[in-house]
Amino acid sequence: MGTSEVFGGIPTPVSNESLPEAGLGDMVCQNCGATDAVVHLTQIVNDEMSTHHLCEKCAAEKGFDVGPSASDLPAMDVLAQMAADQPVGRATAESCSFCGLSYQEFKKTGRLGCPHCYETFIEALPSLLKRIHGSDRHVGKVYLPPDPTVSEMERRLDGLRRKLERAVQSEDFERAAEIRDQIRALEPA
Amino acid sequence: MNDFASIPEHGLGWLQADGEHADIVLSTRVRLARNLQGHAFGPRARVNDREAVLREFRQSSARCETLREGSLLEIPDLPERTRRILHERRLVTQDLLGPEEEGPHNGTAVHFSHRDPVSVMINEEDHLRVQSLVSGLRLREAWNLVDRLDEELGRELPYAYHNDFGFLTSCPTNVGSGLRASVFMHLNGLVLTQEIGKALKALSELGLTFRGLYGEGSEVVGSFFQISNQTTLGRTEEDLVDDLERVTRKLISDEQKARSFLLRSARAETEDKICRAYGELRYARLLSAKELIGLLAPLRMGISLKLLPGLSVYSLNKMMVFTQPAHLEQAAGRELSSEESDAHRASYVRRVLATEGVVDESDDTPEQP
Repeated sequence: MGTSEVFGGIPTPVSNESLPEAGLGDMVCQNCGATDAVVHLTQIVNDEMSTHHLCEKCAAEKGFDVGPSASDLPAMDVLAQMAADQPVGRATAESCSFCGLSYQEFKKTGRLGCPHCYETFIEALPSLLKRIHGSDRHVGKVYLPPDPTVSEMERRLDGLRRKLERAVQSEDFERAAEIRDQIRALEPA
Repeated sequence: MNDFASIPEHGLGWLQADGEHADIVLSTRVRLARNLQGHAFGPRARVNDREAVLREFRQSSARCETLREGSLLEIPDLPERTRRILHERRLVTQDLLGPEEEGPHNGTAVHFSHRDPVSVMINEEDHLRVQSLVSGLRLREAWNLVDRLDEELGRELPYAYHNDFGFLTSCPTNVGSGLRASVFMHLNGLVLTQEIGKALKALSELGLTFRGLYGEGSEVVGSFFQISNQTTLGRTEEDLVDDLERVTRKLISDEQKARSFLLRSARAETEDKICRAYGELRYARLLSAKELIGLLAPLRMGISLKLLPGLSVYSLNKMMVFTQPAHLEQAAGRELSSEESDAHRASYVRRVLATEGVVDESDDTPEQP
């Protein structure tokens, strides 16, 4: 056959779940010896699998199509782009009054410092979130704080009713009963 | 002290290969990222933040039905090897254990429920990571378990929640639902028939992503892939879970087709590959971790093609977990150099194959063309 197919090239993390590393971190590029072999290619030639560890530059020079690599992933795009972004508006010039995180630090680490940061950087966040998730609005579970307002209560109930409908549709009756109890506990008698 | 005795099934329930399609889907994991009001997130948390988070969690877990019967292990109290074993059993992340040279932060802990296959990591990147890890393809079930526990905890704890952005997380890639659902798949047929590139490329268009066996940034070894949702905001948890389930089922059916294609079109080569791998594992004296994973892949396919009677998926799963460095050291009762590990690994594999994998060698006449 003699054909080759490259199917794996998955550098850099998005979040931090991982299995044991088994010494796969900090690899040296097999081509130029640079210490940042971030492209790990698994190649199949004549049904034989082989692996190559290359830095991004050498991988590109060798003309490997690295498939869906990190640069194709929207989240990585956005976090990388953040570094180049100009602060948007006044709010991003401030630091968080609760944890002291500055917008510059956020851009550098890609991590917010505390729940209050979401208010501090509220001007910049919606467009960032849209780029990562394609949306800037939560539509999932509604959390009910200890002293809920009427509208929070309504939102929570709506969410639970949606969930109930789904459980009934998929004939998960044990689950449906559970959700029904949660609704009953919230609804005025 | 045996820290694992207090964990249900010693944290190995996901190895049992009793879930749906366990020959192709090793395990299913669903986790929710949750944070508490009034404290900095993991990377910026100070000692008192972490200690307060752990204290609040401890008080509330005592009132949670799912967690009341359970065990809480504080990471700094555990021997170093025990921590590594927890990691090798995929029960805690490296992030929870801290950087190798520094070790874990005070206040890091993991709580296992004795009732359900759910656990909570405390003071990871987010204050709480509520997760379920089960065998085979069981996304709905894993989600329901995690959701139930999250409801219980949410009644007790002041979650950081925003009306527009949902559950607030340290990394903006987790915000909203905070949900990451993932399946750990073995797609050897698709790799061998060179269909895998196409299949993986399609994932990103569907809002899903994949990683290699050893997590993010790692290469693909032995055709093992972790497939998970990429986005967490703007969709309901049920939609995220169902999307992953739909794609996983499609991948399973493609994988099954690829396997039977291989058997139909290249039976001798396929059988040869599988049986050679078996022979190598059966008699090798030194095995590196990577080599083992590479050789287990054809065996796994051999089992689902019914070419290796007597050998079970459970035996293979066990070989993957118990041959990792900390597990080998635990069995040897001492530290092992990397060469010693290779020898111990090979010996463990030989033992398992000798007792659990008796291959019927009577039918070894080649088919006449």
